[in-house]
Amino acid sequence: MFRYVPFILKNSLRNRRRSILTIGSIAVSLCILGVLMAIYHALFMGEATPAQALRLVCRHRVSLTQPIPIYYRDKIQRVPGVRQVMVWQWFGGVYKDARDPKNMFPRFGAEPDRLFDVRTEYKIPDDQKLAFQRERTGCVISSALADSMNFKLGDKITLVGDIFPVTLELKVVGIFEEPQNMALLYFNREYLREALGPGSPQQDMVGAFQIQAQSAEDVPQIAQAIDREFESSPFPTKTESEQAFALSFASFLGNLKLFIMAICGAVTFTILLVSGNTISMAVRERVREVGILKTLGFTPGAILGIVLGESAMISLIGGALGCVLAEGMCSMVAHSPGSVFMAALKTLTITPTVGLLCLAAALLIGVASAFIPAWGASRTTILDSLKYSG
Amino acid sequence: MAIPLSYNLRNLVVRKTTTLMTALGIALTVAVLLAVLALVNGLQTAFESSGNPAQILVLRKGSTAELNSAITREVYQDLKSVAGVARDGNEPMASLEMVTVINLPSVDSPSGMNVTLRGILPVGVKMRDALTLLAGRWFQAGQREVVVGKSIAKRYPGAQMGKKLRFGRGEWEVVGIMDGGQSSVNSEIFGDLNQISSDFNRADGLSSVLLRAADASMVPALINTLNDDRRLGVAAQTEKSYYEAQTNSAAPLQVLGIFISIIMAVGSSFAAMNTMYAAVARRAREVGTLRVLGFSQGSILFSFFVESLLLSVLGGLLGCLLVLPLNNITTGIGSFVTFSEIAFNFRVSPNIMMTGIVFALLMGALGGLFPARMAARKEILMALREI
Repeated sequence: MFRYVPFILKNSLRNRRRSILTIGSIAVSLCILGVLMAIYHALFMGEATPAQALRLVCRHRVSLTQPIPIYYRDKIQRVPGVRQVMVWQWFGGVYKDARDPKNMFPRFGAEPDRLFDVRTEYKIPDDQKLAFQRERTGCVISSALADSMNFKLGDKITLVGDIFPVTLELKVVGIFEEPQNMALLYFNREYLREALGPGSPQQDMVGAFQIQAQSAEDVPQIAQAIDREFESSPFPTKTESEQAFALSFASFLGNLKLFIMAICGAVTFTILLVSGNTISMAVRERVREVGILKTLGFTPGAILGIVLGESAMISLIGGALGCVLAEGMCSMVAHSPGSVFMAALKTLTITPTVGLLCLAAALLIGVASAFIPAWGASRTTILDSLKYSG
Repeated sequence: MAIPLSYNLRNLVVRKTTTLMTALGIALTVAVLLAVLALVNGLQTAFESSGNPAQILVLRKGSTAELNSAITREVYQDLKSVAGVARDGNEPMASLEMVTVINLPSVDSPSGMNVTLRGILPVGVKMRDALTLLAGRWFQAGQREVVVGKSIAKRYPGAQMGKKLRFGRGEWEVVGIMDGGQSSVNSEIFGDLNQISSDFNRADGLSSVLLRAADASMVPALINTLNDDRRLGVAAQTEKSYYEAQTNSAAPLQVLGIFISIIMAVGSSFAAMNTMYAAVARRAREVGTLRVLGFSQGSILFSFFVESLLLSVLGGLLGCLLVLPLNNITTGIGSFVTFSEIAFNFRVSPNIMMTGIVFALLMGALGGLFPARMAARKEILMALREI
């Protein structure tokens, strides 16, 4: 088989324009396939980092928008296997002009003495950590946010509340390093509590808790134990791993899995058509040649192999190019403003698994699409093919 | 003089396998685009048919959605007496409402989907003109009864007539199914305001007030009055604009879908180009003959270009056929405004199909231009000599 490689190469170079167009067509299609597979992989099959694997999020069973009482924290703390619990309050609000997506960075109320204990992956200088714990109106921001908004230590950030009828005047007292480069702001929840004032129904309610388990094995039991504890209370909870929690946002976009699968299907089928069409055009032009090859003693099996080989080679080149394009596209997605909301997209890349899958798909498509014309060519009798006039 | 169209048509028929394969490739690309457009169109229809332009939705100042708004009964009493509010007999057309989200297990997701629950007064039901009952009756004041939208009844096995739903502090009986035309009410559950608000500990923390202006022309003035009244501390807008703003829930899918179909279109036009180059190469002698017969270079260029367009129109039509079965299929999408699911139908409108055909034509034009130019530029003698 391998001794035919030079012949296959020559054949595919005969009509360069056609080969290039086919490779181009396959490359762009496989690029989509690659990006979609990367997204699918990142969203639904991503591995949790060691810090993530220990964390759970506990919220109201219905949705994050419905608060749960703050006294749940002490009850959760007592659940076996729980190491640390922290209040985690989404504070929507408006910073400057809400129409600029850059200004919509996520901001959360948290507990300064627990934040860096629960989120062990954040790195912050000790003096800044202390400043956050001491200053009631202080806030800490991720270095990604500091870079994109040009915030420096000591800057003032004013947030006008929408969920909460308050305005917060925050001062940047710390900048922490966060491995996924997400834009984030944490302020002291105590400040929000005071701003709401006594008598506000929102004062002793929180959006969610972040929980750190002692070991990753405990995570499923902890989730069950917490949800059982509050099952029949007026505020039932849903506790899930941090990854599952993040995924629940993706499912908000509708049936994302089906959407991705359907498009992948359509793209694959399109490549199948393009590649099949090219190879059958090539075969049709060479019927007479095939007859000559056969008179020279080439077996039908060899002819089949040569045609399949040509198609497989073109598809593979297209596939490899597609992977390169897809990697470029992934980094575009990762740097787009929309990725602020989804950590999984921030690190979107063509992993070796996805790349190999793409190439395998290309190879399979190449062989499958060429099978019928190749079979036909290997089966035509010498006389018939020599008589063929094109 | 132009070369007759039938020449191109016959050529396409002669090479039917190639034609069909290329057209199918274009068809799939068109189908992807159309499916996304049909989804967005369906969602838009749902939101656009929600809300009455003569009605005003009042939220707390600073709130962007009913869900994060809070209105007290005191504010409601004040709003009822604002000048310019329509009256039904003696009663002002002002509806105090409470909106929250509950979780119901659905067919698609056993862990449950979020659904909007609306506590409402009889006047609120009356103010939704398009709303009719499909089955059963309206809930009664003071009873733990709910009426569910028709999409809810379709998608949630628990939300059927006579069955009981569990939320708040206990069970609620489904006594009716309502039909709000195309509007988002179909994805909501209605129940008695006082019952629901006390179940959720929000007897005085309600969500919104819906007002009807006595006259449609007074709507802007009334909105200004309400917004300027510092004592009330409310933000008013027309009910219609509130719902229209929610259309962007589908924006991420729309952007993704259009982006993908444009990339696919590049691939498909390459394929069309391949097909057309092959056609030109095979018919070199024909081209030579046509030139000898006196057809100009221009008409040869035009003829091959038209052939490519015909090929792509075939693809476009096939693409339309492929997405037609999607029409009226119900799907759901989460909205970050309501934090719940809104159900809507895919809508493959004639407009959308036209877009698909135009999109296909673009691919055909892109794919046909260079091969047609090559055909036109062939030297007569060389062309005649080619096999």
